[in-house]
Amino acid sequence: MEQGGGGRPLVEVRNLSVGFSASMGFFKKRTVSAIDDLSLAAWEGESLGVVGESGSGKTTLARVLVKLLRPHSGEVLFKGEDVLTQTRKEERVYRRKVQMVFQDPYESLNPRSTVWDAVEEPLLIHHVAGDRHSRGEMVERLVAMVGLDPGAVKHKYPHQLSGGERQRVSIARALAVSPDLLIADEPVSMLDVSMRIGILDLMLELKRKLGLTLIFITHDLGVARYFCDRIAVMYQGKLMEVARTEELLERPLHPYTKLLLDSVPVPGGAGPAPPEAVDADPRPAPAGCKFSPRCPYARDRCRGSAPDLTEVSRSRYAACYYPLTS
Amino acid sequence: MTENKRVTSGVLIIGIFVFMAVFAPWLTPYKPQVVSGSPYSPPSFQHWMGTDDLGYDVMSQVIYGARISLTVGFTVALAATSIGSLIGLLSGFYRGVVDEALMRFTDVILVLPSLPLAIILAAYLGPSVITIIEVLTLTSWPLVARVIRSQTLSLRERPFVDAARVAGASDARIMFKVIIPNLLSLIAANAVLAITGAVVGEAGLDFIGMGNPSVVSWGTMLYWSQNLGAVLRGAWWWILAPGLCIAFVGLGAVLISIGVENIFNPRLRGR
Amino acid sequence: MPLLELKNLSVAYRLQKGYLMAVDQVSMEVNEGEVLGIAGESGCGKSTVALSVLRILPKSARVTGAVAFGGEDVLTMGDERVRAYRWKHVALVPQGSMNAFDPVISVGAQIVEAIRLHESAGKEEAWRRARELFGLVGIPKERVTNYPHELSGGMKQRAAIAMALSLSPKLVILDEPTTALDVVVQKQILSLLARLQRELGVSFMFITHDLSVLAEVATRVAVMYAGKLVEVGPADVMFRSPSHPYTQALMRAIPNVHGDISQVKSILGTPPDLTSLPKGCRFSPRCPHSFGRCTVEEPRLLPSTTGSMAACHLVGG
Ligand SMILES: Nc1ncnc2c1ncn2[C@@H]1O[C@H](COP(=O)(O)OP(=O)(O)OP(=O)(O)O)[C@@H](O)[C@H]1O
Ligand SMILES: Nc1ncnc2c1ncn2[C@@H]1O[C@H](COP(=O)(O)OP(=O)(O)OP(=O)(O)O)[C@@H](O)[C@H]1O
Ligand SMILES: [Mg+2]
Ligand SMILES: [Mg+2]
Repeated sequence: MEQGGGGRPLVEVRNLSVGFSASMGFFKKRTVSAIDDLSLAAWEGESLGVVGESGSGKTTLARVLVKLLRPHSGEVLFKGEDVLTQTRKEERVYRRKVQMVFQDPYESLNPRSTVWDAVEEPLLIHHVAGDRHSRGEMVERLVAMVGLDPGAVKHKYPHQLSGGERQRVSIARALAVSPDLLIADEPVSMLDVSMRIGILDLMLELKRKLGLTLIFITHDLGVARYFCDRIAVMYQGKLMEVARTEELLERPLHPYTKLLLDSVPVPGGAGPAPPEAVDADPRPAPAGCKFSPRCPYARDRCRGSAPDLTEVSRSRYAACYYPLTS
Repeated sequence: MTENKRVTSGVLIIGIFVFMAVFAPWLTPYKPQVVSGSPYSPPSFQHWMGTDDLGYDVMSQVIYGARISLTVGFTVALAATSIGSLIGLLSGFYRGVVDEALMRFTDVILVLPSLPLAIILAAYLGPSVITIIEVLTLTSWPLVARVIRSQTLSLRERPFVDAARVAGASDARIMFKVIIPNLLSLIAANAVLAITGAVVGEAGLDFIGMGNPSVVSWGTMLYWSQNLGAVLRGAWWWILAPGLCIAFVGLGAVLISIGVENIFNPRLRGR
Repeated sequence: MPLLELKNLSVAYRLQKGYLMAVDQVSMEVNEGEVLGIAGESGCGKSTVALSVLRILPKSARVTGAVAFGGEDVLTMGDERVRAYRWKHVALVPQGSMNAFDPVISVGAQIVEAIRLHESAGKEEAWRRARELFGLVGIPKERVTNYPHELSGGMKQRAAIAMALSLSPKLVILDEPTTALDVVVQKQILSLLARLQRELGVSFMFITHDLSVLAEVATRVAVMYAGKLVEVGPADVMFRSPSHPYTQALMRAIPNVHGDISQVKSILGTPPDLTSLPKGCRFSPRCPHSFGRCTVEEPRLLPSTTGSMAACHLVGG
């Protein structure tokens, strides 16, 4: 399952499925499938973008990877080893190697902890930098590394910081224990446009400097383009397309990828006609390709059975019977 | 600003009573249980708050009474809030079976009527201050547990709890280092209010004779004044003095509890 | 006559010591059937403008200037009148409203409650409308009974928009409505707004910090900086040839799917502290084109050569 990457996979999910039960009225419950038979790998040292619309299961995938959520079925492998059957001790090590930056900078820091406490917490938990003094130095270094002035912010509480500053604190916290994998769940979507590039540049720089592997979740293809080597496109819990960033943006194979691209607002002129497939949100999911109800190219075969992710052309993978350029 | 003033006045009120309790021997003109005047004498220069049926000085009794009443109040508040908070925290954090079990247990205690319970326990253990503390603690933690549980339930869903977990924090660390700091103002407010509950409760149990009637407390004062028909004899001071003390402790506690959020919430602290 | 007109609107929040001028002498208008986009960085006063239009500013705010809706002075309306004016004439989708739903009541029930609070609709009728509104904003109708946590972030935002539309107001003010949404839903919301504008003649005031969102939907765009209106003009002018250096910088701060990615630049520095503003032009400390006059004299809003109005010494005479 190379999917256009190269080298060794750092983290890999195989046939992952996650469902939630949602209430439909008072007593009725129904299972909403958030991730459906998904297989994907992030290669050592790359930044992999996971792109998809709201509700496509991106956050759910991230939560499975950091073990906040147990999948119903499937495997999660880290450096080839099973993550789901870890012992407590192995899990501690794993928690150190895999860190996450959350979407909402206003909610992901404890309101009762100062910047100092927040950055120090992972060091304490994992017994990094044993004594008080070296821990203090480390906190200062981390805070400075993410572009904040330690003297000015270390005793501040989250509410005294701007969204951008908070997100920098979250990044410092995540990097405190030198993880191998950093998962960023829409780290800039709630930030001001003027601050976004600053955070993205910071993450790019740190990634280069620390040799991190990054899984970068976003719904903004522009951001993904700025940031990612490879992009995986998700739709309703399924992988639609995986490819190198330039190739995917220049020549999308999957109609859904094309829809995403066409939806990007184009400054200076009205873009192509907006997708009016508003009412077509197909629930319960059809037997065939999940995107078929909204797909302008769908044929009978698409509605009958779901296509698997296959190599359409050299290192181009798409889950579509009739990819756009073949 | 005004809230800070409220807290200050609340602390001041409670502080005065604590001062009274601690320094009772130096503040009282007479021994509380020594005849120092004629029975039922109204307030005068010798007896600022009059005397009771035996000619004991009411003011001295009120000052000494603060010792028992406040001890019971603080002890019960501390014990009930600790137990209630811990059970509420565990229940809300673990949910599921733990929650189910703990909350069923809490409900059972909650519906136990405290009076009959007190009577039974007192019969078993003998009427004493300790019995009163036990009874009041037993009946007041469930309410705290309920409040803390529901707040914990909502706190545990907040993203910063997930963030702590991803950072590798254990359950204990999340509960005590992440959730508890966010509950502190609620816990403190509950504790402060529990003081009032306990002081009133102590008086109530004394009033029906569950305490040791020979001990001086605001409750036993009310018990005797009621039993010996202070109202009929027009000895209003004998009822009013302990009654007012209880009311003022309540007022002080409420004033503090209102402003407690300001002390623990860093967002409000700076203002 | 414009539908909504702000004239020299200033809003100051009272702080412990002194005042904070969140909005300073802002004049703008929304015409019938128009989409006015308001863009600017966090803290520049966009939400404060929205709150003043609905007269729901906190008590600590002092308002001067005028707000007129359909020629009627909003700031002096009586209480009764204001209640009728809100929701029915002007509705607000507040910033972060997707997180404002009560977690223990189903989203549909909350919409029904809002409808029945303002109109004498029956329960059945209100539920029918709620379902319709869900369809309108692109959420499967049967999910109307879902609780907030069961909807994804995007769905909740759409539900919040549905709620604002429930009483068919003339003007809808959307405060950062697509900030948490993905491109597809954003596009749907934008096209939905266009459709409502076209078919029902609803006007919109669309507040965002992301200028690119306004590209397709706004008919006019206003850019605010540190409480001041720095540039306003027809959307095509603003996007093709922005005059103010700040508008230009905002445009460059957006990583795009097309075009040269090396051009993307963040705006250096941070917006000024509103309690201690720099002298002269407020943008001058961050402006690459700043010169002597900029740090002394505050520029006035004047017509630029491209057809917008801009407050910059390089643009005005
Ligand atoms: N705790 C939950 N209970 C029930 N359903 C859930 C829960 N969490 C997520 N879901 C559902 O699972 C699906 C995927 O959600 P997820 O949060 O992973 O999407 P996402 O791609 O991150 O979306 P967004 O861009 O809006 O954040 C959605 O349909 C959502 O409603
Ligand atoms: N109630 C208040 N009291 C004091 N200052 C306030 C209050 N509300 C807002 N402010 C200040 O007024 C300024 C403008 O705030 P406003 O919320 O209008 O900005 P905004 O442009 O909507 O920002 P954002 O993009 O972050 O929502 C900010 O500096 C803010 O700190
Ligand atoms: Mg998400
Ligand atoms: Mg705002």
